[in-house]
Parts: sequence; structure tokens; C-alpha cells
Amino acid sequence: MSELTLVALRLGFVLALWIFVIIVVLVLRNDLFGTTVVTRSSRDPRREQRPATGPIGGAAARAGADPASLRTDPEVTQAAMVVTAGPLRGTSLTLGSTPILIGRAPECTLVLDDDYASNRHARVFQREGEWMVEDLGSTNGTLVSGRRIEGAVPFKPGAQVRIGRTEIELRRGPR
Amino acid sequence: MATIVSYTARPRRILQALLLAFAVLIGVGAYALVGLGRFDELPPNLLTYGIGAAVLALILQVAVMWRAPYADPVILPLVVLLNLLGIAMIESVHAANSIYGLRSSASADRQMLWAILGVAACVALIVLLRDHRHLRRYTWISAVAGAILLLLPLAPVIGDARNGSKIWINIAGYSFQPAELAKIAFAIFFAGYLVSRRDTLALAGPKVLGIHLPRWSDFGPILVAWGFAMAVLVFQTDLGTSLMFFGLFVVMLYVATDRLSWLVIGAIMFLPPAVFAATQMGHVRTRITCWLDPLSSANYSSCEQINQGLFGLANGGLTGAGLGEGRPDVVPHAESDFIFSSFAEELGMVGAFALLLLYLLLVQRAIRAAVGISDGFGTLLAGGLGFVMALQVFVVVGGVTRVIPLTGLTLPFLAAGGSSLVCNWLIAGILVRLSDAARRPAARQVPGSPVQPAPRAVSA
Repeated sequence: MSELTLVALRLGFVLALWIFVIIVVLVLRNDLFGTTVVTRSSRDPRREQRPATGPIGGAAARAGADPASLRTDPEVTQAAMVVTAGPLRGTSLTLGSTPILIGRAPECTLVLDDDYASNRHARVFQREGEWMVEDLGSTNGTLVSGRRIEGAVPFKPGAQVRIGRTEIELRRGPR
Repeated sequence: MATIVSYTARPRRILQALLLAFAVLIGVGAYALVGLGRFDELPPNLLTYGIGAAVLALILQVAVMWRAPYADPVILPLVVLLNLLGIAMIESVHAANSIYGLRSSASADRQMLWAILGVAACVALIVLLRDHRHLRRYTWISAVAGAILLLLPLAPVIGDARNGSKIWINIAGYSFQPAELAKIAFAIFFAGYLVSRRDTLALAGPKVLGIHLPRWSDFGPILVAWGFAMAVLVFQTDLGTSLMFFGLFVVMLYVATDRLSWLVIGAIMFLPPAVFAATQMGHVRTRITCWLDPLSSANYSSCEQINQGLFGLANGGLTGAGLGEGRPDVVPHAESDFIFSSFAEELGMVGAFALLLLYLLLVQRAIRAAVGISDGFGTLLAGGLGFVMALQVFVVVGGVTRVIPLTGLTLPFLAAGGSSLVCNWLIAGILVRLSDAARRPAARQVPGSPVQPAPRAVSA
């Protein structure tokens, strides 16, 4: 085999290695998944193309399509957590048996887009039939009725819990 | 008003098949070029080798399609390419040794057998481990298994000391580095342990010099991990292994608690043992001398390995000598510890950077899986495994290029050595399983699913 062919093959090999790297990078560029917080006013073309099918969007779509499937017994009162102030104002969360994690991290149940909130800021959970709110060592603290808490304190219906710019209230009522 | 939008990942199995085919093509091409460069003819077993590599890639593809259909499409192609490039380079070093006869090195056949075993282990893991959360059951078993594996080289009969470090065991002529397997066991243990303790470990304590320290009573776990790392350092006299395990713990602690102070504390805690090793251990002192001043006439002969490696890097230059055209055989351990300098010599800086990018992309995929996964255990495991791979690449490449002192770790998937290759294939299997969990659309979204829907924010 001539020297020239060999040199060409060698350069071709390094080129192929780089093409592989570039293809992988291009694949990753088009490979978005997970949740992201967007402001509703900004028009995101991707959102129009691919409607939300995640847990949140999916749950909302299902609730709209078939409300009877979610409602088991109207007599049963269910606690709900309502965001009364902050960027997520109007959001409500039905409280079940599982604890709720609040913070900036995407794995949280209530994801806050707030510079004053920590990644894992606070937790709301049930203990002996009573709802508790616990600060998870956040930088700016969790305020219940205007007072900064340490550890877990009871979360009474009507009490204001403040996390960064977000205020949360507990409400009991028919589902 | 902010809303939360979620995108679901696509399976992309066809893309993975194409990437795997491309990776096999490049890897087999490298092997052919090595034969052309050394002997001016194609290697006699090229066809068998190519078919074998293609069959293994096909088995991996089928296993993923069958049991992990949503797995990340680029993890396996990256791993296959790295492994095949490693085999080609080992063959190049072996062929150079057989031509010039300076020293001897194992032929690539052995690494091929280990690769088959590694792929088998990876496929078995993907098929048998249906859910990564099952690993959490073995939290404490992993701790015990990891500790036993790590301390095995100190056992009287099977322990084997090489180059001043006791990190090998030798059973019936086969040598094995149990620290590689211990790495996986400890990653599982740390993930299982930290996920249940992270809420308390994240609590803030006294504030010193502007950073929030953890509470004093929470220093127990890190002290235990530190003590264990010290035991490895003192009894096995290996700074690299000790650094790898302590670094793994500290980084997983950081991922678990999101407190930067743990990283600072970990770095400070590792300083005294590093100083101790540098001043008290002969072979570590030599390595530090070779790091700072290898080319002076007083140190030249004692730092032969690192000097020859540097000359290899220089010989490679920008575009390299070409596969099978360099002289990696003049470097001791050119097929294992110094395989990066062999690559840099034959592929040049252009190829060496492509190689580093392959690692970067692999680590990025591990971290991406960690971010996307919904349970804390999976996040910690993926983050820990991704980090430890990055740490190994940094320590090995940094050692060869004189960024940091040389330590005895292996370059994942490239370096010759069965235990390292098989264990890294196991890690690849775990990462495939974790990325599948991260990208799989959640079961609760399936209408009529019996799973109780977890409370989720509903935008009103």
C-alpha cells in the first residue's frame, strides 16, 4: 500500500473520530427532556410544537377531560395547599399521604423559580393526622405567620407560610 | 406568571443502532490501521475481530431494546468506541514490542476476551436488574462487600505488592484489582445511606469565614469515610485509590445535601494525608519529584517512565505519528498506565482531544441522568458513578501530562487490565439502567393506571 493512501487513511481516521464526537453533540442538542420553568408571556415555539405531557400537564389535561375520574366522594374533605403570592400564585396542590418537597430543585413537588428559595427548601408532611411544615436548612429560612421556624412546626389551615417570594396557605374543603 | 413545561424524551433506538455501527466501524478501522502501520498489511484476524465487535454491539442493542427501551442513546456507542480504541492501542504497543523487543506486553487478544466478558456482564445487568431502586436493598451488604474487597489485597497469601502499592490480589496466576469492584459497591452504599440521611446532613450549623458549616454532630459519617481512606493510604500505600474513595464520598455528600461547605471540608481534610504521603512514603516522594522536575540530570533516570511519556507526547505533535507508526514501546506500561501518552503520540493532540471529549460526553450523560431521575437514590448513584469516572480520567491524564503527580489509577475502558474493563462495563450497564429510568415517561401518566397519582402542582 502506498504511503499516500496510508496518510489519507490516517487523516480520515482522525476525521471520523471527530465526526463521531460532533454527531453525539448534535444528538444531545436535540435531546431535551425533563421539566423547565417558563414565563407564560414569553412565546416558546417548542412549547407549541410539543405540548406538555409531563406529570403536571398530564394531570391538568386529565382533570379537564374527565373530572369525574378524579373525584371519588364529594363528602370527603381534602386538604389543599394554595400558593397565594409569588410567581406561582394560583397554583394549588392536593395533599395526599406523601410528603411534599418545596424548593428550586426539579425533583421537588412544588418547583419554585425564586432566587430566595433553596434547592430543597421545606417539606410539608402529615404526622398523626396533622399537617406539619419543616424547614430543610434553607439559606433564607421558612416563615410561618411571619416567624422564622426551626425544624418541624404544625401547619394550621389559614396560616401563611412564606418561602422567598412565595406564600402558601393550607385550605380544607371539598375536593 | 410562570408555568412548568415538561418534555418527554424520545426512545431513539434507531439512532443508537446507527451510532453503535459507526463506533464499531471506527474501532475496527483503528485496529486495521495499526496492522497497516506496523506490518504493512491488514491484521490476519481483522475479519473475525470486526464480526466479533459487530455481534457484541448487536447484542447490546437488542438487550437495550428489550429491557431498557428509553435508555440514553449515546452511552453505549461511546463506551464501545472507547473499548475498541483501547484494544487497537494495546495491539499497537504489543506489535511494537514484538518488532523492537525493548520489553514485553500482553497481546490484545487477552483484552478482547475481557471485553467479551465485560459486555456479557453489562448485558446480564441490563436484563436482570429491572429497576435501579432494587440496588437500594443492598445498601449495607454493599458496604460490607466493598470494605472486604478493598482490604483483600492486605490478606497474607493472595495479596500482591507492585510498584510500592498493595492494591492487587493474585489467585492461581490471575491478578485482579478489587478496588475497581469496591468502587461500584461503595457508590451503591453511599447513595443508599445518604439518601436517607441527607435531610439532617443538610442542616446548617455555625458560620465560619462566610460559609455555613454543618452541625458538629453531623461530622460522623465524613470522619468514618476519612478514616477508611486513611487506612487504605497507610496500609496499601496508594494515594490514588484513597483519593478516589474519599472524593466519591465527599462529592456524593455534596450532591445529596447541596452544601458547598462539605466540598471545602473534604478538600481540607485530604490535605494532611496528602502531605503525610508526600513526606513519609518513598514511592510517593519519587512521584512528586518527577512531577516537579523530571528532566534534571539528577532525576532523569528515576523518572524514566514520565520522561519517555513526555517525549511520546512531543513526538505526536499536532496530528500524531499515525496509528501503528509511533514508538509507544519505549514507555514502560505504555498499554496500561501510560496508554494516554501512547494515544497522544499516535493520534496527536487532535486525536487526544477527541478522546477526552468522548469521556466528557460520557460523564455528561451520567450527570444528565442524575438530574433527570426522579428518586434521590438514582440521582446520587448516577452522579457518583459519573463523578468517579471523571476523577479517574483527570487523575490519569493529569498524571501523564504532569498536571498533578502520577498515581496508580486506570483510564476507564482504555487501559489494559481485565478487572478495570469488566467493572467499567458494569458501570456502563448501571448508567444505561439509570438513564432509562430518567427518560421513561412516568407510569402515573398512563390513563387508567392503578398507581396512585402523587400530589403534583396543578396550574390554575
